Amino acid sequence: MLRWLSSPASDTQVTHGQRLWLYLVSIVIMILLVAPTLIVIPMSFSDSQYLEFPPETWSTRWYRHYINSDEWMLATRTSFKAAFLTMLFATPVGVLAAYGLHASKVPFIRAAFVMLITPMMVPVVLIAVGAFYAYVKLQILYTMTGLVLAHSLLAIPLVLIVTGSALKSYDMNQEMAARALGAPRWRAFLTITLPQIRFAVVTSALLSFLASFDEVVIAMFISGGDNPTLTRSMFNALRDQIDPTIAAISTIMILVTTLMMVLAQIFGRGKGG
Amino acid sequence: MAASDINATGLRRDEKMERLRLFGLASPALLLVLVILVIPVGWLFYVSFVGADGNFSLENYERMIRRKSYARIFQTTFEVSILTTALCVFIGYPLAYFMSQLPQRLANLCMLAVLLPFWTSLLVRTYAWLVLLQKQGLVNSWAISLGLWDEPLKMVHNMTGTLIGMVHIMLPFLILPTYGAMKAIDTDLLKAASNLGASPRRAFWTVFFPLSTPGLFAGALMVFVLCLGFFVTPAVLGGGKVILVSMKIVSNIELFVNWGAASALGVVLLALTVGVLWIASRFLDLDRMTGGGQ
Repeated sequence: MLRWLSSPASDTQVTHGQRLWLYLVSIVIMILLVAPTLIVIPMSFSDSQYLEFPPETWSTRWYRHYINSDEWMLATRTSFKAAFLTMLFATPVGVLAAYGLHASKVPFIRAAFVMLITPMMVPVVLIAVGAFYAYVKLQILYTMTGLVLAHSLLAIPLVLIVTGSALKSYDMNQEMAARALGAPRWRAFLTITLPQIRFAVVTSALLSFLASFDEVVIAMFISGGDNPTLTRSMFNALRDQIDPTIAAISTIMILVTTLMMVLAQIFGRGKGG
Repeated sequence: MAASDINATGLRRDEKMERLRLFGLASPALLLVLVILVIPVGWLFYVSFVGADGNFSLENYERMIRRKSYARIFQTTFEVSILTTALCVFIGYPLAYFMSQLPQRLANLCMLAVLLPFWTSLLVRTYAWLVLLQKQGLVNSWAISLGLWDEPLKMVHNMTGTLIGMVHIMLPFLILPTYGAMKAIDTDLLKAASNLGASPRRAFWTVFFPLSTPGLFAGALMVFVLCLGFFVTPAVLGGGKVILVSMKIVSNIELFVNWGAASALGVVLLALTVGVLWIASRFLDLDRMTGGGQ
C-alpha cells in the first residue's frame, strides 16, 4: 500500500499519494451519482407509507397497488405503445434523413442538419406549447398519433447523430461498387450499407424508444383523455404528495432503461455503432 | 457544341437531380420539424405581439418589464442556471480528470457511474431526491444519527433541493464532453513539460488544463442552456417556491389560459437560448455538443 502511494501515477511524476484526495473525492461523487436512484429499488419493497431504507418489513404492497390500479395500467400501456410506435416511426425517418444528408452534396445540407437537430436546442416547454397549439388545429390532441409524432420530433435528432456518425466512418465507395455492378441505389443501400451500419441503427431505435418512454413535458400537454402517459401521471402524482406507488413504478422504469442499455451494449459490440 | 460537351452538360444535370433526390430523403423528417416545431413556434411569436383587443401591441412584453414578479422569475432562472453550471464544473471536472487518468478498463467501469444516471428517467431521479431529502427522509435521519445536525433540515421544496436535483441531472452533460477532450490530450506533452522541469502542478495548469477547456466549455454551455429551459426537476423539488421561466409559461397556459403572456415569455426564453448558443458558437465548436454532425 505504502509503496503504491509513493509510486508515480502519471507522466508528470505525481505520485498516487499526492493524488489520494482526487481518488476519494471522485469515488464519493460516483456514489452520489449512482446511489440515489438505486436506493429507490429496495425502498419500493417497504411496507411503510414512509419508504424507509432499509425497509423494516418487506412487502410487495406498492407493486400490488400499481398493478391493481386501472389508471396506472392504462398509463403504462400508453407509454409502452407510444415508445414502441415512436421507435418504428422515428428510426426509418431518421435513418433516411441521415443517409440523404450524408450522400447528397447540395449546399444547404448544413442548414437542413441544423434544422433537424433544433428540437434538441429549443426548450422542451416551447415544443410542448407549440405542439399543443398545432394539435388543436390538426385535431389530433390527446391521440396516439399526435403523441408519436411529437416524440419522434425528439427522437429523430438522436437517430441523425448516431447513424450519421456511423455513416461518416463508412466507406461509400462500397455502395458505388455495387451500383457499378448494376444494383439500383436502394438495393445497394439495403444490401451493402445497411448491414454495415446496423449497430448504429439498432442503437438509434433503442434511443428513440427511451426518448419517448421518458418524456414528460410534451406528454403533459398533448397526452390525456384515454391516452395519458406513465410519466405524465407520475409527474402529476409527484406534485401532490409522496406516493410510495411511485417508488414501485420508478423501479420498473429503471428496469426498462437498464434492459434497453444492455441490449444496446449487446448490439453495439460490433463496429459501426 | 461538340458531342462531348453536350454529354457533359447532361451528366452534370443528372448529377444535380440525383443530389436533390437524395436530399429529398430527408424531407419527411424536415416536414415533421416544420409542422410540429417551426410553424407553431412562429405562431407563438405572432401571438406574443397581439394584445387583449386583438390588435398589434407590445403589452405582453410591457407587462414583463413592468411587473416585479417577472423580473424575479428571470433573476431566479439565471441564478439557478449559473449556480447549477458552476457546481457541475467544480464537481464534474475532477471526476472527468480522475477517469481520464485511469487505465481504459477501469475508466469504462467508472463511465458506468456517469451513464447509469444519464439514461435513467429524470422523473425517477427527481423522485429519488424527493424521497431522500424529505423531513423524515434518509439524508436527514442519517445526518441526525451521525450527529451532523440536530433537527431535520428542510431540503426539498426550496432552492437547496432544486439545486441538488438539477446538479445530479446535469452532471453527465458536463462530464462527457470534458472527459472526451481530456482523453484526446497527447500525454507526450505532459512528459515533455515534466522533462523540462515543470512540477506536476505546473504541468497540469499550463499544459493539461488549457487543452481540456474546449470540452469543459462545451459541457458547461450545454448545462447552462438546458438549465434555462428546465422544467420537471425545479417544478417538483422547488415545490412552487423556485419559479423559473419555463414554469411560468406552463402556469400562464394551464391556470390563466393567457396565451399572450406565455408566448411572450416563450419568445424571450428562446431568444436567450439562441443568444447564448450564438455567442458561444463564435468561441467554440458547437459540434462537440451534438457529438459530431455534418
